[in-house]
Amino acid sequence: MLPNVRSDFPLLTRTVRNGKKLVYLDSGATSQKPHSVLNAEAEFYQFHNGAVARGAHLLAEEATDAFETARGEVAAFIGASSAELAWTPGATQAINLIANGFAAASDGLGGVEAERFRLGVGDEIVVTELEHHANLIPWQQLALRTGATLRWIGLNDDGTLRYDELATVITERTRVVAFTHASNVTGVVTDVAAFVSRAREVGAITVLDACQSVPHLPVDVGSLGVDFVAFSAHKMLGPTGVGALWGRKELLNALPPSIFGGSAIKVVTMETTTFLDAPQRFEPGTQPVAQAVGMAAAARYLSDLGMDNVAHHERRIAAILREGVGEIPGVRLLGPTNAPHGVLGLAAVAVEGVHPHDVGQVLDDRGIAVRVGHHCAQPLHRRLGLTGSTRASGHVYTSEDDALAFLEALATVPQFFGVSA
Amino acid sequence: MSDLESMYQQVIMDHAREAHGRGLVTLDLAHVGESHQVNTTCGDEVRLRVGVDGDHVTSVSWEGSGCSISQASVSVLTELVEGESLEHADVTYEAFRALMNNRGEPLDEFREDLLGDATAFVGVGKYPARIKCALLGWMALRDALVKAQASTEGGSDD
Repeated sequence: MLPNVRSDFPLLTRTVRNGKKLVYLDSGATSQKPHSVLNAEAEFYQFHNGAVARGAHLLAEEATDAFETARGEVAAFIGASSAELAWTPGATQAINLIANGFAAASDGLGGVEAERFRLGVGDEIVVTELEHHANLIPWQQLALRTGATLRWIGLNDDGTLRYDELATVITERTRVVAFTHASNVTGVVTDVAAFVSRAREVGAITVLDACQSVPHLPVDVGSLGVDFVAFSAHKMLGPTGVGALWGRKELLNALPPSIFGGSAIKVVTMETTTFLDAPQRFEPGTQPVAQAVGMAAAARYLSDLGMDNVAHHERRIAAILREGVGEIPGVRLLGPTNAPHGVLGLAAVAVEGVHPHDVGQVLDDRGIAVRVGHHCAQPLHRRLGLTGSTRASGHVYTSEDDALAFLEALATVPQFFGVSA
Repeated sequence: MSDLESMYQQVIMDHAREAHGRGLVTLDLAHVGESHQVNTTCGDEVRLRVGVDGDHVTSVSWEGSGCSISQASVSVLTELVEGESLEHADVTYEAFRALMNNRGEPLDEFREDLLGDATAFVGVGKYPARIKCALLGWMALRDALVKAQASTEGGSDD
């Protein structure tokens, strides 16, 4: 059981829209931050700020130590070691780093080690139809650049993945399989093992978008068996501007860097550069140091709560939200109520005859913050015959009362717009 | 009236339900212009076609999908602009923009008269995220009028 942690989050004490209590149900877009994260960042700036990995003074030492300690803590949070975790400005950039590494290799960079990332005509990249645009567009553009073909695992009518297509879409021609750990729209958690075992059969590299899973579920990269994982801090109670790319060490060291600058190098001449080993080879320029420290504080905060407890709490919120919307006439839940590998504590809904923006406006008037639109998943919405939806998504601070307030407000929507049955 | 009720005034709800000008009309006119506008934040879209004869907007028709604010707004503008002079269309557009930028406060009497039913959108000005919805059709109108005036015999170039 999770204790009531609302008081740890200063923003949640403010009121909105003429003194109403804030019901924050947009955590899938970005989460609120506890005092411990805010303090960690402030404390770094107040006492330890200095240039990381350069400079011979005390502050430089302390800053470097804070930065690398943070790396270790965030890596440990997903069951990994520091040497396999590169800081990025966010998950989007992490996925782009991988895709651009493939592109650089395909252009002939990276030497023999990069051979396995080299793509061309005849090679195939596999994604799924429910991906967030951040895990679709980089691969789509990589295909366009290299001449490889983009293929995808389709969806059933209820928005769940067509696992039966794994065997036919992932073939000997498949070089990389990029898929989400949990949908940011349907909330359904993916059967990662099914993807990994099929990808392994054909020798394809696996890339997991873990943006929606790492903040809400226990994630252990070792037992997942994937090759790369991307996630961001701001969805897991941490700061904006920082995220992480985890990869198997031998792959990270072979993947050509695609952003260049100071610090990531061994030797530079006018003609050539040799790069440091991972993770530093992916970290040119000044890094988001205070944010990394904040991300580690967020990982600590979640670990102290216990990710099993967090997941348990999420399941309770999911049950209230998802079963609740099913009982409101004229409201359709995107995705199934539950799924074999579980669902996140969120519900995306379509209200018959009412546009998501209008739904969101009615909720906002009651102090309820939700996401409206396509949630960066246009193909998924199109597949479900929609242009957008209204999504309520919770986190550790979300109470049953928050979920009930959402359901109560949602039930008034059809009548407000004169479309009630 | 609550902020929410002031935003979704009856006039707006009526226009959203019974929109005017929906359904693109084929035009046999010298000057025809068409514009397709998309609100990237929500995917709402409108394709609006105008016919211009001399200095008058003789036809406004459109296809689109979106929230009640965007649909009602394009419906209202159809009524306000069709059959009026180009100059009148311009002044009306400017007045509507001013209304959107007025943070929920009404405009002066002259512009209120000019806007007619469109004054009902006054509440939208309190919600920055929704101003784009209300302006979607007007953006299409302006663009279509520019194209219509630039077009030569033979109609739309879009």
